[in-house]
Amino acid sequence: MALAEQIEPAEPLVRVEDLTVRFPGGRAGFWGQTELEVHAIERMSFEIFPGETLGLVGESGSGKTTAGRAVLGRTPVKSGHIYFDGRDITNIEGDARRLLSRDMQLIFQDPYASLNPRMRILDLVAEPLIVHGLVRNRDEAVDEVKELLRKVGLPANAFERFPHAFSGGQRQRVVIARALALKPRFIVADEPVSALDVSIRAQVVNLLQDLQQEFGLTYLFIAHDLSVVQHVSDRIAIMYAGKLFEIGSADAIYSNPKHPYTEALLSAVPVPDPVIQRSQKRIVFEGEPPSPIYPPKGCRFAKRCPLATAQCENEEPPLAEKAPGQFAACWNRN
Amino acid sequence: MTQKLLEIDNLEVHFTTRRGVVRAVRGVSLSVGKGETLGLVGESGSGKSVTSQAAMGLVHIPGEIVGGDIRWKGQSLLGPEGHPLSRRIRGREMAMIFQDAMTSLNPLFTCGQQITEVLRYHRKMNKAQAQARALELFELVGISAPLERLNQYPFEMSGGMRQRGMIAMALACEPELLIADEPTTALDVTIQAQILELLQDLQKRLDLSIIMITHDLGVVAGLCDRVAVMYGGQIVEEASADEIFSHPAHPYTMGLLRSTPRIDGKDDRMVSIAGSPPDLLQAQQGCAFASRCPSRKAECSRDVQLKEMASRQVACRFPFSGPWSRDFKERTDHIGTR
Repeated sequence: MALAEQIEPAEPLVRVEDLTVRFPGGRAGFWGQTELEVHAIERMSFEIFPGETLGLVGESGSGKTTAGRAVLGRTPVKSGHIYFDGRDITNIEGDARRLLSRDMQLIFQDPYASLNPRMRILDLVAEPLIVHGLVRNRDEAVDEVKELLRKVGLPANAFERFPHAFSGGQRQRVVIARALALKPRFIVADEPVSALDVSIRAQVVNLLQDLQQEFGLTYLFIAHDLSVVQHVSDRIAIMYAGKLFEIGSADAIYSNPKHPYTEALLSAVPVPDPVIQRSQKRIVFEGEPPSPIYPPKGCRFAKRCPLATAQCENEEPPLAEKAPGQFAACWNRN
Repeated sequence: MTQKLLEIDNLEVHFTTRRGVVRAVRGVSLSVGKGETLGLVGESGSGKSVTSQAAMGLVHIPGEIVGGDIRWKGQSLLGPEGHPLSRRIRGREMAMIFQDAMTSLNPLFTCGQQITEVLRYHRKMNKAQAQARALELFELVGISAPLERLNQYPFEMSGGMRQRGMIAMALACEPELLIADEPTTALDVTIQAQILELLQDLQKRLDLSIIMITHDLGVVAGLCDRVAVMYGGQIVEEASADEIFSHPAHPYTMGLLRSTPRIDGKDDRMVSIAGSPPDLLQAQQGCAFASRCPSRKAECSRDVQLKEMASRQVACRFPFSGPWSRDFKERTDHIGTR
């Protein structure tokens, strides 16, 4: 794809080309002779530039988490390519993959599930350092971990305690400290604040933004909450049923969405203001996303779309540039 | 809106745990009138769900209602005297829907069986009548192909459909009050919009009263007449929805509003409330929010009561008054940015 040069002259840090991911989906037919596949992601392409945050939005089952995992090489890819810093990393394995993981880290959604309750914070945060042979003894590890904890805003004595002693927000800070331990350049944050309370959410989002500034990090920020994504992202990508529907700058997506699904998604977000709520008409779409095992032939949104025509039912719309830097997959919009 | 349906008066709920007594609800008073929608907003652990469970008679060991009263149209539902009334009211005139339809429905029975059970118990209908009524209800809540859906098990339905099924079940006996405990939290935004639309529509058609429990201020703004904000087991502010959103008086309400990112406006930075919610195992001295409050003063270590202030109630010695935009921004910008 040559879009990169048009938007920004910089080389993308992460480039994904025609990524397709499928999972085994059980068997069907006479004595289960037909093997089914879940079409998790279909021919998805996007780029992330150094220092930017790309927000990846979609409903559950849209493939956003799978996209994040595929970029990190944590899920087998059916076809397509993933480039990091200009290098094809799609099929890298073994030592090379381990070395690569220093540059790419993951922050998980649920800090109650992603920290082993039997390990102290010291062991949790130092583990990547030990695996990569970056610390030689306990003292070095303690120094390193203390520094990391300070950066994420936890008290220095936190390292000798267990996860249960911390609240959700503090645990998420531990998870962030662990992701930062190897000084990565790129972080996939998979719903990092969805499990947290509203007042804590802002703390963690601010922390992520501070760290981005301090270390020049690049984020792929996955979430279903459009208002948080809108807040943190430079650009936003919208997914639906395994397809990339729209991608563009956060402002453009918000003020001038090109895809009818994006419009619906935006109007469905409840705004905390009764006056606006009363004046604004929600676009409520009937129905639900299509089956990922038997995806429809044409546009995957056709069944629910008010603009759908015969063409939409039969032909899949390509991702096309509708405005400078803004791409959408829709036949009926320009 | 003159007649009070449900009144909760100075309710206290304790949970006895191995680590001590958790004082989950500490003196909560609420009331809901006919046709009114009350929003109960708070973070996890604020006591909003426990309050509503107490109203529905769903507080079980180790939980215990240790003080206060719950009245339905003036009659107490608590204690031995209230028991017969409560058996009659709860599930019939007052019904509840829960956050996660998958765990709230019984996986071993079809949706049809579960909804007809309600009708046969409360309405003493026979099987055929109950079936017919169940079909009507499924149509009412907008379930497509209702006849087939009645014979499906919960796992065969999508999240939005299950939630509709649960709403149908709650409406089976034509309740006057519907308690909705985070009904859309587990759903995707487009499905959430469908369910909220449905609730609004049902309210108009059936003249329902609704208590909407949620942590999402956006949901409250669209749906509720009045809003009560809970923190640390107490109500810290109660006012009409318009007032809460246009000029909140309690610092916590303000913090909550400002820490909610808005899709229609872009601040450079989200305002966060430093610290974390209080541990209800410890006895609380004074205002529960004091340790996180930007306008804390020495007097805040003494207990505060919910007090009338103009047309609202606030539990704060130093409430903000007037429009909050700039004033509040200045006063809260120094709250920890981390």
